[in-house]
Amino acid sequence: MAKVLIKGNEAVAEAAIRSGCRYYFGYPITPQTEIAEYMAKKMPTVGGLCLQAESEVAAINMVYGAAASGVRVMTSSSSPGISLKSEGVSYIVGCDLPCVILNVQRGGPGLGGIQPAQSDYYQATKALGHGDMHLFVLAPSSVQEMAQLTADAFGIADKYRMPVLILADGALGQMMEPVDFDALHFTPEPEKPWAANGHGGKRKKNIHTSLFLKPEELESNILERAKKYEQVDKNEIRYENYLCDDADIVIVSFGITARISKAAVNEARARGIKAGLLRPITLSPFPSPELLRLADTASAFLSVELNMGQMVNDVRLAVQCRRPVEFFGRTGGSLPSSEDVLEQIIKISGGLK
Amino acid sequence: MTNKIILAGFGGQGILFLGKKLATAGMDKDLNVTWLPSYGPEQRGGTCNCSVILSDTDISSPIIGSPDTLVAFNIQSYDKFMPRITPGGRLFADSTLIDKRSDRNDIESFFVPATQMANDLGSPKLVNVIMLGFVIKHTGLFDRDYIRGVLTDSLPASKAALREANGRAFDAGYGYEG
Repeated sequence: MAKVLIKGNEAVAEAAIRSGCRYYFGYPITPQTEIAEYMAKKMPTVGGLCLQAESEVAAINMVYGAAASGVRVMTSSSSPGISLKSEGVSYIVGCDLPCVILNVQRGGPGLGGIQPAQSDYYQATKALGHGDMHLFVLAPSSVQEMAQLTADAFGIADKYRMPVLILADGALGQMMEPVDFDALHFTPEPEKPWAANGHGGKRKKNIHTSLFLKPEELESNILERAKKYEQVDKNEIRYENYLCDDADIVIVSFGITARISKAAVNEARARGIKAGLLRPITLSPFPSPELLRLADTASAFLSVELNMGQMVNDVRLAVQCRRPVEFFGRTGGSLPSSEDVLEQIIKISGGLK
Repeated sequence: MTNKIILAGFGGQGILFLGKKLATAGMDKDLNVTWLPSYGPEQRGGTCNCSVILSDTDISSPIIGSPDTLVAFNIQSYDKFMPRITPGGRLFADSTLIDKRSDRNDIESFFVPATQMANDLGSPKLVNVIMLGFVIKHTGLFDRDYIRGVLTDSLPASKAALREANGRAFDAGYGYEG
């Protein structure tokens, strides 16, 4: 099939269906409602179910139940709606169940605005839900990648039995780019002997619970999960290294701002400034080893984000304070231009001399 | 070669549709393309714009600070985006709704009474298609017959009258001599 011109939101929905996701539970919110719209149209034609729940809380708990039964399932929302889902997400982690969650971020806090933001970085990578837990967090930066990372998310969720959050933003959700769906690669669904889908009296019951009243039981449950996180850290870090290896200034940026930053890097290079872009594709696990490696050769780092400075602290931890780490961002739904980022690069490069 | 185009006007004037046709035409010619809409509580009569980039190299940022081509459908869009056009760039404006004339001599300006022409054709909705013909004539972004085909082929064959009306509006815009 030829490429199709499609919105980021629609690309996620199509890729999810092609990944074998047959259950979508959601509640409308700008700027991601196209997903529910697409699912409502397409799911019935492939024998799947798209259900508009009465609230985000209901939707995530439907995901919880469906995941426990062993099917590929997803939900999507935007920032305020994701906050509502956080309790359910914590329960899903507590039961070690796989699912895919998409956050098409908008400005916050509160109802905030509806324009693009990356202000849920902390929430996504540190604590989308209470308890000693992480999610796996992917950050696409093109519409093709919205589709591919959705396909990957189902595979990762099944492999590690953990929720995978795709952290996008309003611009990526709303923009159209050509997508080649035939170029996507998919991970086949594994056997799920743990699924609570009816034992027919032939096997032991599968029970999924996050309630462990004895401290030693809960502790060993958490320790088991921590081993899984170690494996994730070891095996799953992904990033794009664009011209970083000889760069004096390394920009660290993800999602839509990584694209703006890439344009700024090209403009800086044209002016003879050695700039590069390290784009995390996984935000959790974070590409700390690669950043530490670059601290050997780069003189300074610049984190470019759509918030007041969140990922910048992970960059500082990653480079172990061996190099200065600056921050530049816009927030509340505003986007910087590549000229704005270039100005920061020039400022830092002037300071280097 | 990269073209950065901003299309802007009222909701209901077919701005997003027009942008989508340009992006589709670029994609089918194997160009890299991005289409980024303004979005929000917009409705018929509100403001609306979209940014389209067509390029034979990778497009890093889909956001356009300074367009090399502006297609303005109302005075608000003209006021907002005209000053941002790159020197050497081009302005296309609907002179029925925009009575101002730019004093910038570092850009080329093209005016067409698109709304008036659409009304004369009996369909105010075709204002965007008239503008498409006019823009193609003066930019040569795409071959005339090719983009006319992209436009009419996007309508189902069962709607022959609509195809014909769109083709006629495109031709009117293309043929307009100011």
